[in-house]
Amino acid sequence: MGKQTQWIRNAAGRMVPAEVNGTPVIPFYGVGKYKPAGRKHAPKIPSNMDYPSDGNKQIPSLKEALIKAGLQDDMTISTHHHFRNGDYLANMIFDIAHDLGIKNLRWFPSASFPCHEHLIPYLEDGTIHHIEGSMNGPLGRFASEGKMKGVGVLRSHGGRYQAIQDGEVKIDIAVIGAACADPFGNANGLYGPSATGLLGFALADSQYADKVIVVTDNMVPFPCVPWQIQGNYVDYTVEIDKLGDPEKIISGTTRITKSPDRLYLAELTARFCEVTGIIHDGFSFQTGAGGTSLAVGEYFREIMQQKGIKARFARGGSNKYLVSMLQEGLVEYILDGQTFDLEGVRSMAENPNHVWTSPFTSYNYHSKGNFAGMVDVVILGATEVDVHFNANVVTHSDGYLLHGIGGWQNCLFSKTVILPVPLFRDRIPVVVDEVTTLCGPGELVDVIVTERGIAINPQRTDLLEKVKGSDLPVKTIEELKEEAEKICGKPDKPEFDNQAIAVIKWVDGTVIDAVKKVKQNN
Amino acid sequence: MDKRNFISATAGNTGDKVRSDCYVSVQIKNTGGIVIDIQSKVKSMYGRHMHNLTERILAFFDITHAKVRLIDSGALDFVIMARLEAAIKSITASDKSFLPDFISQNDYPSQRDAFRFSRLYLPGNTPALMLNAGIHKPNGVILDLEDSVAPDKKEEARLLVRNALRQVDFYGAERMVRINPLPAGLEDLKAVIPHNVHVVLVPKAEHPEDLVMIDKTIRNILQDNGNDREVYLMPLIETALGVENAYMLATSTPSVVAMAIGLEDYTADIGVSRTPEGSESFYARTRLVNACKAAGIQPIDSVFSDISDMEGLTRNVKASRNLGFEGMGCIHPRQIKVIHKAFEPTPEEIGKALKIVDAFAKAREKGLGVVSLGTKMIDPPVVKRAQRIVSLAKQLGLL
Repeated sequence: MGKQTQWIRNAAGRMVPAEVNGTPVIPFYGVGKYKPAGRKHAPKIPSNMDYPSDGNKQIPSLKEALIKAGLQDDMTISTHHHFRNGDYLANMIFDIAHDLGIKNLRWFPSASFPCHEHLIPYLEDGTIHHIEGSMNGPLGRFASEGKMKGVGVLRSHGGRYQAIQDGEVKIDIAVIGAACADPFGNANGLYGPSATGLLGFALADSQYADKVIVVTDNMVPFPCVPWQIQGNYVDYTVEIDKLGDPEKIISGTTRITKSPDRLYLAELTARFCEVTGIIHDGFSFQTGAGGTSLAVGEYFREIMQQKGIKARFARGGSNKYLVSMLQEGLVEYILDGQTFDLEGVRSMAENPNHVWTSPFTSYNYHSKGNFAGMVDVVILGATEVDVHFNANVVTHSDGYLLHGIGGWQNCLFSKTVILPVPLFRDRIPVVVDEVTTLCGPGELVDVIVTERGIAINPQRTDLLEKVKGSDLPVKTIEELKEEAEKICGKPDKPEFDNQAIAVIKWVDGTVIDAVKKVKQNN
Repeated sequence: MDKRNFISATAGNTGDKVRSDCYVSVQIKNTGGIVIDIQSKVKSMYGRHMHNLTERILAFFDITHAKVRLIDSGALDFVIMARLEAAIKSITASDKSFLPDFISQNDYPSQRDAFRFSRLYLPGNTPALMLNAGIHKPNGVILDLEDSVAPDKKEEARLLVRNALRQVDFYGAERMVRINPLPAGLEDLKAVIPHNVHVVLVPKAEHPEDLVMIDKTIRNILQDNGNDREVYLMPLIETALGVENAYMLATSTPSVVAMAIGLEDYTADIGVSRTPEGSESFYARTRLVNACKAAGIQPIDSVFSDISDMEGLTRNVKASRNLGFEGMGCIHPRQIKVIHKAFEPTPEEIGKALKIVDAFAKAREKGLGVVSLGTKMIDPPVVKRAQRIVSLAKQLGLL
C-alpha cells in the first residue's frame, strides 16, 4: 500500500523514502554532485520485415492498437499534455484498459490536468497503480489523501527525458496524440482541429518506448511534414474523431492579467532587470504562461522599445505577445517548448525563426549541455520560497500536492532566476521559514520579487552591487518573511502521516524531497 | 445583557469570488456554552488561531453561550474581528469596541497642502481591495462608506473601515474616509475619527452649515479621545445646488482643504447624460475650480470610469489640469500612474522652480527679507509653490 518504513536524509537535509514502488532511491547529492554511470537505455532492435512494406501502419481503432501493442497488467503507459485541459486521449486509453480488465498500470504522463479527474475511479479500482508525472488539482488532492495505491513520482520536463533516456522508466506503450499525422507515423502538432504547435514532450517516448502508437484526428496522406515525430519510431497509427476539446486545448487568445497587484509585480520585475542591466542588447529571456510572467514580457517590450534593445532569443511557451515581439524584430528567435495560443501555432507554422524545441534540446541534464543554461534571465512562479531561497512549486502550504514541476527545475540553471511572487496569498505567507516541499535548491534561485520588496540571494554580490543607489525596494529575505508573518500571523504547520505519497526528483534523477500524506482529521 | 428582538445575526461576505473576507453567523443562547464551527481553506494553518480569536471576542462582549459559524475565505484577523463584532452588536447593544492594534506604520500626519493628484477609492466593505492599495502609491486612499456599500451593510462596513485604519499599512498615502450623507455620516465619524483619519470626504455637500457641524463633531470626537490632530474636509460637489454654493462651501470652515466634483451624480441631478467631452459639466467644473482658487484650496476632478482606456484617461487628466484641477479620483490602481504622470510638473516648470528655490536659499544666506530672481520680486507663496514642485519632482524621481 505504498507505506514507507525506511527514510534517509539527503544532501538537502530532507527525509526521503529509501525505496519507491519497490525500487531503491538515489537521494539528492547536491547540485552538480551526482555523476551517472553506464549507458543509455536501448529499445529493442526492430526490423522492417515486421512492418507493412507499403508503410501503412494504420489500425482501425485505438483499442485494437493497444491490444496489438500487447497491453497487459503492470505495464507503463505514457501520454503527453499537448492537449492540456482539453485532452480526451489519456482518458480513452484507460477506459479501454479498464474494459479489458487490465490492472496495475503505471501512468507516465508528461503532465496531468483537471480533465483527468475522470481517471480517479481507475486509481481506486487498481486499473492504474500510480502516476509518474505531475498531478494537478483533483488527482493531486486524491494522492495527497493517501488514496493512490503506489507512490507518485514527479519529474521536471527535462527529468522526464532523462528518466526515459537513462532507462529509469521503461515505457511499454507510448501513445502520442498528434494534431496531424500520416499512416506511416510521421506527425506534428501544427495542423488540424487539435493543433498545439509542437510535440516536443513526446520525443523521448518515440525514441525509447517499446511500442509507439500515434493517434490523430487529422490523418493526411504520406508525407506529413514537418515530421516532429518520425514515423520510423512508430508501430501503429490510429485515426479517431476527436483528440480533445479545442477550446480547452489552447486558448484562442492569451490575455494578460488585469490584476493590478500582479501587474505591479511584473513591472517591478522588469524594472529590476532594467536597473541591473540584465536587459541588454543580444540578451535572452524566458517567461512562463502565468498571468504575471506574461505581463513581465510586455514590460520587457516597453523597456526594449525605449532603449532600442533587441533580444537574440526568447524561450517559449509562446503566445501572441511574444510572437508580436518576434514580428517587430525585438526578438530574433523564439525557441518554443509549447504554444499557448493560436497565434503561437500560426507563427510556428509560418515563421522559420519560430523554432520548436524539446525537453532534450532545452532541458535534459544528462546530455552534453542544454539550452536552459544559456538563457540570461528566466521568470518563474512558486507556491513558497524560504529564507534560504529554496522554492516549492508543487505543494501548497497546507501540504496538498496541487501542481506539477513542468520545466521549472530545468530553468533554474539559467543565468539569473527571478521569482515574482506575492508576499502572501489570501492569508497564506509565500515567503516562509522553510518550504513545505523542496523543489529547487536556494543556490539556484537569485531574486525574489514581491509587491513589498525585492530580496536578492546574498551569493549574487554582483546583483546586490548593481541595485545600490537605485530606488528599487531591496530588502533581505528575512525581512520579507517577517513582514508576511506580521500581516498574516504565523501559521501552524500542516500535519502529515508518516507515509510518502509522492517523491520529487531532481533533474539528475536523484530524489530531492518527498510529499507526505496529509493527516485527515475527520 | 440587553437583548433585542432577535438572537442571531450574520455579517461579512462569502462566495466563490470573495477573498480575504469571512462570513460569520452568531447565535446567542441561554445555555450550552460556546460552540465554534470554522470552515476555511486555511484551517489547517490558522484554524486554531481563528478559534482562539473567536473565543476572545465572545468573552470581551461577555457572551458565555453562543453558536458561532465562521465561513472564511482567507480573512486577516482585523477582518474576522470586524465581522464578529458587527454580528454581535446587531444582537446585543454593547457600546464596547474590540479594537485590533494600531500598527506603528500608520501613525503619521498629513498636511493641509499635501499633494492630492490621485486618491484611490476602496469600497468600505471589501477587505481584499484594501490590503495592497498602498503598494500602488496613490497620494490618498479613500475608504468609502457611501455609494460602494449596500444600505444593509453600512454598520459592518464602519467596523471594517475602522479596523483597516488601524491595521492596514497604506504606505504613507493620505488616509481618507468618505462618510454617508447626514445624519448617517455622523455615526460614521464616531466610528472612524479616533483612528487617524486625515481627510473626511463629505458627499453631496450643499449647505455650509453641514460642513461646520461635521467639523465640530470631528473636533468633539478628537477631544474626547485626547487627540489634537488636524482632520481636513473635502466636500464633494454632486448637485446643482452644491455647484451654486461652491464658494460658500469652500470657505465654510478652515478645515476644508480641497473640494471635488462628482459628475455622475451632478449630471443626473441636472437631468443630462455624462459625455466623454464633458461639455454638459463645463460650467460646474470651472465654477468649482474658481471657487476653490478663490478660497485657496485644491480643486479636484471627478473619476474617469473606463478603467481599460488609459489613453482616454491621459487626455482627460490633461484637460482637467488645463482647467485648473489639481487632482483626480481613481477607481482602479492602474489609473494612479497615468494620473500622476499627467499632473506631474513639466521639465520647464521644474527648471523654473529650481531657480526660485535657489534664489530663496541665497537670499536667506545673505539675510535678505526679499527674494528676487533677475529683476523680479518673488512672493513667499511663489517660493512655497516652487519648493513644492521641487519636492514633488524629487518624490516622483524627476530630479
